[in-house]
Amino acid sequence: MSTDTLTQPSRSFARRIPWRSLAIVVPFLAVFIALSIGSPAFLTFQNVGNVLDRQSGILIVAAASTLVLIAGGIDLSIGATYMFTAVICGTLIVKVGGVAGAVLGITVGVLAGLLVGIINGIISTYLKVNPLIATLAMSFIILGATKLVSQFGKQGVGQIRVDVPEFRWLATTKPFGISLPTWIAFVVLVILGIVLWRTTFGRYVYAAGGNAEAARLAGIRVNIVRISTFALAGLASGLAGVIDLARTPSVPENDAISTTLTFTVLAGIVVGGTSILGGEGAIWRTVLGILFIAMLYNGFTLLRIDPLFQGIALGVIILIAVGFDAWSKLRRR
Amino acid sequence: MPNTAAVDTPQLLVELRGVGKSFGGVPVLTDIDLRLEPGSVHALVGENGAGKSTLSKIIAGIYSADSGELLVDGEAQNFGTPREALDRGIAAIAQELALVPALSVAENVFLGREPRTLGWIGRRQLRKEFVALAERTGFALDPDVPVGSLRTADQQKVEILRALARGASLIIMDEPTAALSGRDTELLHGVVRQLAASGHTVLLISHYLSEVLELADTITILRDGRLIRTAPAAGETEATLIEGMLGRTLGSVFPEKPPLSEGNEVLVVTDLVAPGVNGVSLTIRAGEIVGLAGLVGAGRSEIAHAIYGSVRRSAGTVEVDGVDCGQSVPEALGKGIFLIPESRKDQGLVLGRPIRQNVTLSNLALVTNGNWVMPAKERRASHEMLERVTVAGDDRRAVSSLSGGNQQKVLFARALQKSRKVLIADEPTRGVDVGSRRAIYDLIVDQAAQGIGVLVISSDVEEVLGLAHRILVIRAGRVVAELTGADMTEEKVLTAAFADPITSGSK
Repeated sequence: MSTDTLTQPSRSFARRIPWRSLAIVVPFLAVFIALSIGSPAFLTFQNVGNVLDRQSGILIVAAASTLVLIAGGIDLSIGATYMFTAVICGTLIVKVGGVAGAVLGITVGVLAGLLVGIINGIISTYLKVNPLIATLAMSFIILGATKLVSQFGKQGVGQIRVDVPEFRWLATTKPFGISLPTWIAFVVLVILGIVLWRTTFGRYVYAAGGNAEAARLAGIRVNIVRISTFALAGLASGLAGVIDLARTPSVPENDAISTTLTFTVLAGIVVGGTSILGGEGAIWRTVLGILFIAMLYNGFTLLRIDPLFQGIALGVIILIAVGFDAWSKLRRR
Repeated sequence: MPNTAAVDTPQLLVELRGVGKSFGGVPVLTDIDLRLEPGSVHALVGENGAGKSTLSKIIAGIYSADSGELLVDGEAQNFGTPREALDRGIAAIAQELALVPALSVAENVFLGREPRTLGWIGRRQLRKEFVALAERTGFALDPDVPVGSLRTADQQKVEILRALARGASLIIMDEPTAALSGRDTELLHGVVRQLAASGHTVLLISHYLSEVLELADTITILRDGRLIRTAPAAGETEATLIEGMLGRTLGSVFPEKPPLSEGNEVLVVTDLVAPGVNGVSLTIRAGEIVGLAGLVGAGRSEIAHAIYGSVRRSAGTVEVDGVDCGQSVPEALGKGIFLIPESRKDQGLVLGRPIRQNVTLSNLALVTNGNWVMPAKERRASHEMLERVTVAGDDRRAVSSLSGGNQQKVLFARALQKSRKVLIADEPTRGVDVGSRRAIYDLIVDQAAQGIGVLVISSDVEEVLGLAHRILVIRAGRVVAELTGADMTEEKVLTAAFADPITSGSK
């Protein structure tokens, strides 16, 4: 006889609300509504379109990084990879030129990201280096390599600019009035979301992060699964690097861009409610988390609040999100 | 023996009167009376689950008794924490040592109560106190060596010294030699004698009967949470102890064994060598249930993992129906071997995920189209399996919300979803309530009746006797006895399993 069938009706209503899944939805809607009322410029097609366009690269990276986190890893090299691929792409466009240059730039840029991801995966699984350390070290190596490539690309010019129509169409085309980067991000998010939700691989990702030993004994090749998630994160960083290069047609030259991207992505994932310990999370959460941060920044600008406070506000929000996560886990025990 | 107790060792008399304890309504200890004489070595023996550890934990303040009294020097005590027990002079030495490997012996001994001036640790003072303590108790150890570089027996010495430094006079040791080699075991025996000689009381829990007989002054036998007898060690022999530890008939706890036909050999393992496995050969026929018995740490689980390919084997072959099984879990699964691992929480289940996904985890190919999970198919498959293993309720809940027994059944559901040729069940009923236990036995017997070769690993000798057609007793990673038919008695299993660690545990 099993006693698990016995449900306890309405034993404290509050306990039965899935707090965890609502965590990001409520504040997201609250800020969204508040901004819609508080600033007439917020809920306009142009403003929302601009925000989404600007976030497309970050959203792509964050979605893939969510898979890395769920599988029990972490990738701190996404920002460096993002810059690296942009520089490779820009250099090829400048050096080769024309349509061939654009095609080559996009392809090689994205594949460079994939390669970095695979290396990250192999180091942090088969070579047994903690992923935090492995990808931190990798990000220094990649940033160094980025400078080498950019010096080569800059010979004779002050800064690599790729303001050529063969490449810029990637950012300027607007099918149905919405920018192509936004569309690409949308497609990537949907694909990764479905992969996680409905495929064998998605299951294995959750199992690898939830209990690696159990997954291994169930016949899952945990290392392969983890390497695949790192590879996807690298690929996504490459794609994002190329897309953002097309949007702002000059090659990024500042290391801070790389760290900011990495931190924003991780912040968005955590605020969305994906566990940093692995085994739990979802793409839609990350989307809401990233957009929540973007919306907040946008709101600060629209309401003319000193941007100094943006960082402080974001930090406080991350602490609340992680604290809430710990608290809701405690309740479940 | 003349009592050479140091003058400053407080002689502590600990008594239990009518102590009882139950977990989740199941009584683990009933009406225990015990008197631990100061300056003596008192041993507790009994089978796994007899209540030895629970009893020692009550004395150590880790658990509190549901009924009865704990008296220290005639004064009733109610320890809420190990801390309070320690303040009254009672210390338990954990099986897993809690030492800081990088710190020196002296620093570990005085950890948390170092002699300090203004926050600075007085190193010379520390050393002086250590030497004084070592002299008083007769333990020779270099105070400046980092603990991580010591052998296990010496690390245990450090742990004991730490307890003594905090004024403990009753030391509880739970299986202190289980992880030790022959030489270390002898060293530790010396430590126990030294403790008793210096006026301390030692409560010793051990599986090794020869060790108990050699060290103890008094022996208490527990069986099913009841005290069978407390008697001077001089009057006991291994035979009388085993006799006392036995009891209860097997009764109807177990289903009838399926008839054993002359099936073909479905699993053939030859000269298997792997970490903890030292050359094991065994065969299982179709429809046969083979039991692996032995003590904790004898290498039973290691054998299971080596067969399953989840641990690398350095020599030997594993064949299913005459076909060699590769060195990996997916290959073993492909050949029809399935392992239900020892610890369902650490090795079996993904606790945060739904029950349904835990059932289908190993067999997703059955409910997918390509790599595409078909939700309706998965739901049906999961419901069908859960019904077979009698787990009711919504299978979209996290598997962590189930009881231990039902969690174990979920693992059986996973095993049963696909037809296997060999099923290995490692400790299938650990932490499982009596009701679910029978259901799990039925599942195991049912599998054998369907022609599957089953390997059951259990520390519960009765369980192995009740289920298996044939028993292999494992010691030190080797098969030391094979028992069939009338030879399958608890006594023979225990005699083969309880070996002297010095003469046969190391080589």
